[in-house]
Amino acid sequence: MKKRMFSLGMAVLMAASMTACGGSSSSSATTAAAAAETEAAEAAEAEDSAEETEAAAADDGATFKIGVIGPLTGAAAAYGVGVANGADLAVKEINAAGGINGYQVELNSQDDEHDPEKSVNAYNTLKDWGAQMIVGSVTSKPCIAVVAETSADNMFQITPSGSAVECISGDNAFRVCFSDPSQGKASAQYIGEHALATKIGIIYDSSTEYSSGIREAFVAEAANQGLEIVADEAFTADSATDFSVQLDKMNEAGAELVFLPIYYQEASIILKQASDKEFAPIFFGVDGMDGILTVDNFDTSLAEGVMLLTPFSTTEEGSLQFTADYTAAYGEEPNQFAADSYDAIYAIKAAAEAADVNPDMSYSDICDALKVAMTEISIDGLTGENMTWDASGETGKAPKAVMIVNGVYEMQ
Amino acid sequence: MKMNQKRKVFIQNLITYAIVIGCWIIIQIMIQTGNISSLLKGLLVPLCTYAILAVSLNLTVGILGELSLGHAGFMCVGAFSGAFFTNVAANVIPGTGLRLFFALLIGAAVAGIFGLLIGIPVLRLKGDYLAIVTLAFGEIIKNLINTLYVGVDAAGLHFSIKDTTSLGLDETGVVIIKGPQGITGTPKAATFTVGVIVLLITVFVVLNLINSRSGRAIMAIRDNRIAAESIGINVTKFKLMAFAISASLAGAAGVLYAHNLSSLAATTNNFGYNKSITILVFVVLGGLGNVRGSIIAAVILTLLPELLRGLNDYRMLIYAIVLIVMMIFNSSPKAIEMRAVLRERFKKKSKEAA
Repeated sequence: MKKRMFSLGMAVLMAASMTACGGSSSSSATTAAAAAETEAAEAAEAEDSAEETEAAAADDGATFKIGVIGPLTGAAAAYGVGVANGADLAVKEINAAGGINGYQVELNSQDDEHDPEKSVNAYNTLKDWGAQMIVGSVTSKPCIAVVAETSADNMFQITPSGSAVECISGDNAFRVCFSDPSQGKASAQYIGEHALATKIGIIYDSSTEYSSGIREAFVAEAANQGLEIVADEAFTADSATDFSVQLDKMNEAGAELVFLPIYYQEASIILKQASDKEFAPIFFGVDGMDGILTVDNFDTSLAEGVMLLTPFSTTEEGSLQFTADYTAAYGEEPNQFAADSYDAIYAIKAAAEAADVNPDMSYSDICDALKVAMTEISIDGLTGENMTWDASGETGKAPKAVMIVNGVYEMQ
Repeated sequence: MKMNQKRKVFIQNLITYAIVIGCWIIIQIMIQTGNISSLLKGLLVPLCTYAILAVSLNLTVGILGELSLGHAGFMCVGAFSGAFFTNVAANVIPGTGLRLFFALLIGAAVAGIFGLLIGIPVLRLKGDYLAIVTLAFGEIIKNLINTLYVGVDAAGLHFSIKDTTSLGLDETGVVIIKGPQGITGTPKAATFTVGVIVLLITVFVVLNLINSRSGRAIMAIRDNRIAAESIGINVTKFKLMAFAISASLAGAAGVLYAHNLSSLAATTNNFGYNKSITILVFVVLGGLGNVRGSIIAAVILTLLPELLRGLNDYRMLIYAIVLIVMMIFNSSPKAIEMRAVLRERFKKKSKEAA
């Protein structure tokens, strides 16, 4: 009897919660089509977060709504928070300068916990909110799941940092960062063209698609560049604390250059252990290496002479202003993800101005206009000059190689 | 007396089916009238998936009485075998619906076979030991899939545990499973209706098993193994039966999961021990051995974090607090006492009012 009463209560509660979310959405489902109707709802929703209030105060009420999806909590939170803050900073600047086509911009960042399923939920939440453009997802696997949804809905999407090939499989999707294969290829080309070494060793993380994707393209291109891969060693996330075996193999094989397509945490351990073994090849990294100078308790002198391909550094001239503004606003140095999303927002702005869209259009119409305009614009961003996009969504920008000299990045 | 008992069970079971079908009808009406949020619409298939997982785990934990922490491993096996079939058979069977049907059968069968294979050595263990071994099984499955590369070309299937280039595919070859990247591009074939049908089949299988001769044997083993053995019940057979059925139903849920997202990869979040524990929480909160409770708990605990999105970063904190409160309300002896007192008062009042 008790159980029956309880389960009845639960059933009522469940039904109530369903009608609750069904009811509240009836207005927002049509927001894109009729933005005028939702002014009241907008004002109410804008109270949720402080940055939205100023946007909602636009004179005629119509605003562009941009949704951000990324891991704001969990293990990948550093990336997601960077993206959310970078987008926030860009939107504040744009609103202060008069908005896009004279309309203010509203931003809503939803957490996906670096989980494809949660990422789709976050996207659906943003759709209910009335989002017209999506910046995200930040990480590759969630991005692949979301892009299937956005391309079915014909919603414009630009991912700041989803680097796997399939992340932009729809024609509505674009990306700011390099794809994994293009980074591997560019690294091999750079090493070959500058004749840095001919005997190459690779240490990579076989448990992430990022690292294995870059490695695969690097190995394929190395043959064309006349590079010889003398040692090719993998580790996984579970064994990322000791690299003596891999380093010994590099040393025995006589590697002159060790390619590290991995994140900076593991790279810092590799550099420390290599120095203990007095093994000193050239270390060459990719954008995941960015951040190596900020690792706690890491002797930065070990990183002297390390080379990496990165689209962004806080110390280069073009990003000084951004770095100062970002640090003042959020109390930490921006990472590359923040720069990527900052550029993503400005790319949306440039495309929206080129296509002359306005918030009263449906998200599908906006997407149709933007995906044409994206291939026509060229912007000077933090992560590259003269950034252009082709119809496949890939960005055309030259990677920058830097060398760490006296604890700072020096452009090569 | 006996007839009465049977009738009671029958009515109870009917209520469970009625709740599921009733929810389906309500949701269908909401979809037809356009009165549904995108969020809820996107959650419908996951809700079915988790309800199936909770019901199937309840068979192992509640009915068989063995603590299994590797349920997500079976889900993983089902998801990958189902999605693999769907992608390989893309040219042979053009209709996604038909492919999903076969994928469900294949996923359930493969997961069931795994359940049987794992069950033979594992079910000799009891209690904590069984829990630890099943936990390890889930992790092994996850790591195996992360190193597996499978491609298909004119010559047939190619396997590798190194990388895609070592598969040696010809020009027409397609890589299906790409190690840590998993399977991408599975068509989104799972719909709410399919989910509800699979859920109903799951509930039907589990409820009928409980009320059958085999089910009574399984529960006898749970309550007293020695007594059950002494009256001639084949303990190994019935234990394996429950374990394999539970595994194959989890496999079917995995197939639904795989056909709802276009990116499928074995990570700690979706197929690791975290997920196994989450499913166990559904079962414990819903009540051990209570099929209807499992469904309701799975639905509530899946919806809750999404409904709490408005709270931003405090969401998971609130979720944890709500979970604790619900557990106390549901199973603490004091809370049950308090509920009884409240109910008495409520009854008195309504009588006085009348």
